[in-house]
Amino acid sequence: MNFQLIGINHTTAPVEVRERLAIPESRLPDALKQLRQHPGVDEGLILCTCNRVEVLAQTRNGSADLRSFLRDYFRLDPAGYEPHLYEYREAEAIRHMFRVTSSLDSMVVGEPQILGQVKEAYATARAVGAVHSQLDLLLTRAFAVAKRVRTETAVGSSSVSVASVAVELAKKIFGSLHGKHVYLVGAGKMSELAARHLLAHGAESIFVANRTYERATQLAAKFNGQAILFEQLYETCDRADIVITSTGAPFAIFRKEHGELFLSRRKNRPMFFVDIAVPRDVDPEMNKLDGIFVYDIDDLQQAVASHVADRKKEAEHAESIIQTEVIRFQARLQTLDVVPTIVSLQDHLETIRQAEIDRVRGRLGQMTPEQEMAIETLTHGIVNKIMHTPISTLKTAAREAEATTLVDVVRRLFNLQEKDKNAKATKSDGSGAGN
Amino acid sequence: MPILWLRVALVCYAFGLLYALVALTRAADLLNRIALHAAYLGMIFHFVSLAETMVQAGQLTLASVHNTESVLSFLIMVLFLIVYAVYKTTSPGIVVFPLVFLLTFVAATGEQPFLLMPPGVRKGWLEVHIALILTGYAALIVSFCASLLYLIQERALKSKRASGLLSRLPALEVIDEIGFRSLLLGFPFMTLGLLAGTVVAQATYGRVDFLDPKIMLSILMWAVYLLLLYTRWSAGWRGRRAAYLAAGAFAMALVAWAANYFSTIHKFAQS
Repeated sequence: MNFQLIGINHTTAPVEVRERLAIPESRLPDALKQLRQHPGVDEGLILCTCNRVEVLAQTRNGSADLRSFLRDYFRLDPAGYEPHLYEYREAEAIRHMFRVTSSLDSMVVGEPQILGQVKEAYATARAVGAVHSQLDLLLTRAFAVAKRVRTETAVGSSSVSVASVAVELAKKIFGSLHGKHVYLVGAGKMSELAARHLLAHGAESIFVANRTYERATQLAAKFNGQAILFEQLYETCDRADIVITSTGAPFAIFRKEHGELFLSRRKNRPMFFVDIAVPRDVDPEMNKLDGIFVYDIDDLQQAVASHVADRKKEAEHAESIIQTEVIRFQARLQTLDVVPTIVSLQDHLETIRQAEIDRVRGRLGQMTPEQEMAIETLTHGIVNKIMHTPISTLKTAAREAEATTLVDVVRRLFNLQEKDKNAKATKSDGSGAGN
Repeated sequence: MPILWLRVALVCYAFGLLYALVALTRAADLLNRIALHAAYLGMIFHFVSLAETMVQAGQLTLASVHNTESVLSFLIMVLFLIVYAVYKTTSPGIVVFPLVFLLTFVAATGEQPFLLMPPGVRKGWLEVHIALILTGYAALIVSFCASLLYLIQERALKSKRASGLLSRLPALEVIDEIGFRSLLLGFPFMTLGLLAGTVVAQATYGRVDFLDPKIMLSILMWAVYLLLLYTRWSAGWRGRRAAYLAAGAFAMALVAWAANYFSTIHKFAQS
């Protein structure tokens, strides 16, 4: 167990910093390959959402320098982001992954999207072979923990996702959403969810503009909306009361002059921009216009600060679940650690048994198959009887977290060091079947 | 007796004043509810006071300064209640209550009321003139309050801090609607009130002296009022610009009110 995690999230860094470290989905496989080639890294996972960038690694004997990976990969001035980084190891890294997946570390605690995002990151990492044994176990466990947190606590029940926060703010501006028009710029998952929420609260119609027109038509069809060519964005945007942007554009699509244009066409009726893109799609200057309200992903967080307080108690319960799960998972990993020892112990005794049979066979002369069988059974029986207690003791000890010392003792007593390498080869099989 | 009831009403309105101060900083709690109910109670006493004045004099002599102030503050409270009934919000109280308190306070101070009663005036028309103008004033004041609330809410939304105030004020467009509707409501009253005034002046003096400060200011106020409606209708002015205009109209109204003291034809006589 050598887990190591480095990351940056909405609590440690503002969106200005996070947007520079964002890795687009299309470049994730390459980033993962580069991570695996980084010295000391055996397995790797990169989670990149609008609120966080996390690099998780399973390292070979000891530690890897993940900071240098970030430096190599992004080639940015480290002074700009390094003060915002956090690093976790071993149990702390496990806990952090569990908390992230269970949505306890989310901007909006309990929001359900993060689980899907972690699952996607996991799928991508698995597809390129960056996750195969220990990280696989960790992630699978994390999904189970997230499910447990969801079912056993109320953290996710009155889930305030970014989408529903946007709805709440829209209601603060427009009162009722009936008859209001929504414009989706960029057809991402998040904006789709936001659109669904707005429609559920009475919004009248949806326009969708996307770089690829096809995707826009697909999404528009889902909501009985209208797809619009991206080139016509500025001519049509003033029809919308609420604009949700989530494009991957590296620069702002909406600038102050666009806002002025929209306002004059709309006779100054207010407009609400929800910018969930990182990097941001709407120039912050827009917010200075009378009648235009721009909320980026960080602002949404502040808008829900009160909700977070309401859920503090449930979150505490969830934290205690995570705590027990971390201990359980560690214990499980330690059980995995005794498996190679048991295997090599069995190998060791089997070798002795075989050697002894071969030694005495000459003296016994020709034997009937029945006699052969009897000797086999006898020696097997003796070895198994002797082995039984040490093996079960090892297995129990593994769960009690004293395995490391016991494994050491067994290895020294039976002089198992040199067989270690063979044992490792069978370990992953053992871990797959174990527990 | 009417003055006693009015003073009781004043005490109740003082609680309303408390509401205005507390509601800015705290969420709806017991104190707020007590303050609101006290203000409603104040309205009842206020009504009793007005009714008694009417019974005693056989009619509601609007042409008395103190009575007009009293009636104006009562009308503002009525509008406040209408807004509450339609929009389920008490937040205009933040601005309305201090105003009502002030007006009632002035009305309840025990000075001898002045009477506006030039010889040979047609009394019915005069009363109609004053009643219409007062309703127009009340609507304008509520609209002005809404403008202020709009500015507060707009700033809260822009600053993006989820302050308690943000969650208690009504939605921006609702505030806007309250402001615009009371403006629309007030305008015909104001217009008809001014027309009634010219009728009174015609009948009393045989002509309308447009150079009289009171009349000039009133026409100016009416013009700003019209401008307010026009910019809203044609360009959708709201928020800051509308609030400045509404403040302008409100200031004009105040000055026009005060002009009684240096107007020749609108002079109040010592009763």
